[in-house]
Amino acid sequence: MGVAKYNKGEKDAVEEVILQSGMRIKPVYTPQDLEEIGFDYAQDLADPGIYPFTRGIHKLGYRSRAWTTRQYTGFGTPKETNERFKLMISQGQTGLNVAFDLPTQMGLDSDDPLAEGEVGRVGMAVDTLRDFEIAFADIQLDRIGSGLTINAVASIMLAMYQAVAEKFGYSPKVISATPQNDILKEMIGRGMWIFPVDPAVRLIGDTMEYSITTMPRTNPVSVCGYHIRESGATPAQEIAYGFQIANSYIEEVVKRGYHIDQFARGITFNFNIFGNLWEQVAKFRAARKLWAKILKERWGAKDNRTMFLRGLFGGGGSGLTKEQPIINAVRSAYYALAAALGGAQTTALCSYDEAYTIPTPYSALISLRTCQLLMDEVGLRDTVDPLAGSYFIETLTKQMEDRILEEIEEVDRVGGMKDAVATGYVQRKVARQAYEWHRGLETGEYVKIGINKYTDPGALGSEGKVELHEYDSRTAEEQIQTLNEVKRTRNGREVAMRLRELEGAARSSKNVMPYLLEAVKAYATVGEMTEVFKEVYGKFQEPSIF
Amino acid sequence: MDKEGAVKRRIKVLMAKPGLDGHDRGAKVVAHALRDAGMEVVYTGLHQTIDQIINAAIQEDADVLGLSIMSGAHLPICEKIMKRVREEGMDDILVVVGGVIPTKDIPKLKELGVDGVFPGGTPFPEITTFIKENARKG
Repeated sequence: MGVAKYNKGEKDAVEEVILQSGMRIKPVYTPQDLEEIGFDYAQDLADPGIYPFTRGIHKLGYRSRAWTTRQYTGFGTPKETNERFKLMISQGQTGLNVAFDLPTQMGLDSDDPLAEGEVGRVGMAVDTLRDFEIAFADIQLDRIGSGLTINAVASIMLAMYQAVAEKFGYSPKVISATPQNDILKEMIGRGMWIFPVDPAVRLIGDTMEYSITTMPRTNPVSVCGYHIRESGATPAQEIAYGFQIANSYIEEVVKRGYHIDQFARGITFNFNIFGNLWEQVAKFRAARKLWAKILKERWGAKDNRTMFLRGLFGGGGSGLTKEQPIINAVRSAYYALAAALGGAQTTALCSYDEAYTIPTPYSALISLRTCQLLMDEVGLRDTVDPLAGSYFIETLTKQMEDRILEEIEEVDRVGGMKDAVATGYVQRKVARQAYEWHRGLETGEYVKIGINKYTDPGALGSEGKVELHEYDSRTAEEQIQTLNEVKRTRNGREVAMRLRELEGAARSSKNVMPYLLEAVKAYATVGEMTEVFKEVYGKFQEPSIF
Repeated sequence: MDKEGAVKRRIKVLMAKPGLDGHDRGAKVVAHALRDAGMEVVYTGLHQTIDQIINAAIQEDADVLGLSIMSGAHLPICEKIMKRVREEGMDDILVVVGGVIPTKDIPKLKELGVDGVFPGGTPFPEITTFIKENARKG
């Protein structure tokens, strides 16, 4: 997805530009455009750090603090992942972003027959607390925050993160974890769901409630419009669906008797960047403004910090191509520029080889350097929201805001996001759009360099000319060995007792987090804890969309 | 009616996502394309075991088994699937695989008995033509 429709006249003149979210770009913008949208500086923009935060949540933007670089990292065994963490940190990376393998994401142990062939392949394998002890060895957990890209079993991973921090001598109050923990988007795209909608959302509520008192620096949820867009959503839908998902989680905690100002700060966002640069910048500016309004008007937030849209803007996976992979490095640089112009607090860029497999150290460092270059050489830290006041950008931001609101209202009309996902409403819409995009590529309606224009296959680093990360087939063997050793040395009776207590909590309305923490500390496996939840909650029934 | 006078039925495709991987955009996109090309498509949904897929193919009496694999585990998965296809005597089913498949693995998949391999980015007509020309005719 991503590029706009360009209707051209004779001699290649651009006659019409229609962005993916539906807005048309005019050839020229003037003060008249601002007048037509009723632009008002105080209401639509305001200074940086002032409601509605269109220009950013901090007064001095990147002058006071550069954005965090958080390249997605993790593969193979926890030991290999630990080495890559250290490499990236030594090269100036300021946050961690942990990838987990598919068995871990699905709550399966590495020796489960269903895990065969998948252990450590697309992320790090985790079976017990031992793996976290190895992965986070010598990482200063009070200094560096960790994004954990995990959803269905995020509560288990959060408990592991707390347990490992305590083991290394850090108070849970000083550690900063950001588990993705967004199950509704997994049900729309990416597919790593286990439990049905209601208990899955309840587990997320438990992590949010638990974080308020126990891990105040932790962001228990990172709502991931990113993956919804990867599945075929437009930029406007990405934001609208992300906000509606966040509203569902907020509702879960509010109904437990908490005030929005007590917990909404723990909700962060993960948004996608690829496609038309202007559309991305307008998307982030409109999103920041709308989120503040939603928090204030819908949820009654009083504290400004509650209304901050904080998040990671980055990735851009769907924008990258297998064809001419080296060009992805250039694409990613523009995506990083869009992130910076959009006011990202954190960026993780996909690497040029990611259309094939997980990045090599070489390609991951190029992505990191791309961000560092923008900050240190190009001047992106010079002034806050440099595109503010542009006739074009302000008009587009307003139009984007309207488009996002329309999509939000549509989800409200079908009963809110939980219903929209359970019935497959969103999934059907997004899948249809993904198909139309691919058909548009074949007809040439959309242009993608290397795919349907300038396609010389040998020209620029086609497959075979790029060094790719190779999966090490000994990974599973090593991982299962570690698992078996933990099982031999742990106290089996204690594990059984902790799992029984966990089951009791899951069946009641008690918060499961303290019980998970004890089970984790006893070295219960991810598979054992997930099995308890499966027993109590059952499995999500995927709605048929064909 | 074809020239032998038999009623020609639509080609039936069972589209499946084996293994744990949940990236099903490609599977859904291709399912739409096959349907637009006049085929009947049944999509199994995510996280299917090999037994579930084989049973579904038998139950649906599918002419084509389409597998979408993005995780990199296409070789071990296809090895097991082709073994089960042979065990069940599903000699006439056309097996096609799509997803993140490095070029060097295509001959290996063919050796395992996979009929067609369509890595991400393959144009729809290439897939639909292959299936139309090679699927068993009803």
